[in-house]
Amino acid sequence: MREIAYEEIVKNVRDIIVYSASNLPEDALNAMKEAYKNEKSPVSREVLKQLLENADIASSEARPLCQDTGLAVFFVKIGADVKVVGGLLTAAINEGTEKGYIEGYLRASTCHPFSRLNNKDTVGYNLPAIIHLDIVEGDKIYIEYAAKGGGSENVSRAKVFPPAAGKQGVIDYVRECISDAGPNPCPPLTVGVGIGGTFEKAVISSKHALFRNIGSVNEDPEMAEMEAEIKVELNKLGIGTMGMGGTETVLAVHIEANPCHIASLPVSVNVQCHSSRHTHITI
Amino acid sequence: MSKTYYLTTPLSDETVSKLESGDIVYLNGTIYTARDAAHKRLVDLLDEGKELPFDIKGAVIYFVGPTPPKPGDPIGSAGPTTSYRMDSYSPRLIAEGLKGMIGKGKRDKGVTDACQEYKAVYFGATGGAGALLGKKIKSAEIIAYPELGPEAVRKLEVVDFPVTVINDTYGEDLYKIGRAQYEVK
Repeated sequence: MREIAYEEIVKNVRDIIVYSASNLPEDALNAMKEAYKNEKSPVSREVLKQLLENADIASSEARPLCQDTGLAVFFVKIGADVKVVGGLLTAAINEGTEKGYIEGYLRASTCHPFSRLNNKDTVGYNLPAIIHLDIVEGDKIYIEYAAKGGGSENVSRAKVFPPAAGKQGVIDYVRECISDAGPNPCPPLTVGVGIGGTFEKAVISSKHALFRNIGSVNEDPEMAEMEAEIKVELNKLGIGTMGMGGTETVLAVHIEANPCHIASLPVSVNVQCHSSRHTHITI
Repeated sequence: MSKTYYLTTPLSDETVSKLESGDIVYLNGTIYTARDAAHKRLVDLLDEGKELPFDIKGAVIYFVGPTPPKPGDPIGSAGPTTSYRMDSYSPRLIAEGLKGMIGKGKRDKGVTDACQEYKAVYFGATGGAGALLGKKIKSAEIIAYPELGPEAVRKLEVVDFPVTVINDTYGEDLYKIGRAQYEVK
């Protein structure tokens, strides 16, 4: 049994939150540079240039890339041979989140669903974090983190299709989702598509798909091919950077597929804006 | 052909009538921030026949909820939020004399109709360029609803704040024009 101190988890989480807020990860930065190179619309190119300049300023002056510093979303795998000493793992992640958002001068974006007031007095600064936990073999903790903004989250959707909808049904659904969203989710986008499982499994898979590195290839060749096909379809929409019109609307399409019930074909689309702030650490 | 303008607030009917979808504008002077919760309160004040916390005549409202400032800075990162959430409130403020809104994303017909009827424009700022746009803001002061935190109404002084005209006073929409040019059917 390996012991990991509660405080060590707090510190690690705090640090990745502060760093991610102002440093676009390499995969996202490279994808944006690639989009700038390929974009045919001069207006979209101009906006992409502004976004690359923004990334420079954010990183060199340690300012948040975007004022929407997101809700903190974690996918955590804890090794079966790990014992967290001094408190609960989830409490440590929440404490690290709060410290990161306060000490990094990041925006607290959580509020009560109806009063719309920030509930920091009772819950905490930008708390609770959204934590998905899993248990794996070994003596390490694997933490994947993303700051998830509201604009792109608001255009996400999910539906359980009958099996007859098939691949084409999924492709049409994703296209309709991104077409309707237009400029709102801050394109160029990463599009996460969760397929199969149950209703909630599809939704969580579509979220997790956004954590994958942009430019990485799906391990399943069938899904890799489908990702490429959907990307081509979505770039035909002409939405462009921030909806100004253009050829580069999506940076990547990521699919996570699961076995599902013989009666169902659940599909979920979760969208990430161009400011894809995500990272992972192992403790 | 897109033109470039340097404008100082408050904006007049004559000024906003010059602007066309696609024009680049660098804004100077005072602008006010308001998001969802603040918009609801502003419209509630009008419904109750009370005064707004700032002069709406010729004003420009920026849909933004900034990050907290670092010590020594007037404001943190401050890019636009998605504007459609303010669609149900904006026409009322436009009818009262609001001349400009800054945000990102589509507006509904109620807003674009009001822009034509009362002469107002909807500007787009670059979403996700919060660090860059925050640096164009030279001072920030909370003038109403501090309990709303990032959603409080702030009075900002801006210098050469870069925006693009999305919806003009003639019913044009840059998002539709731009997309139609590159859409492959």
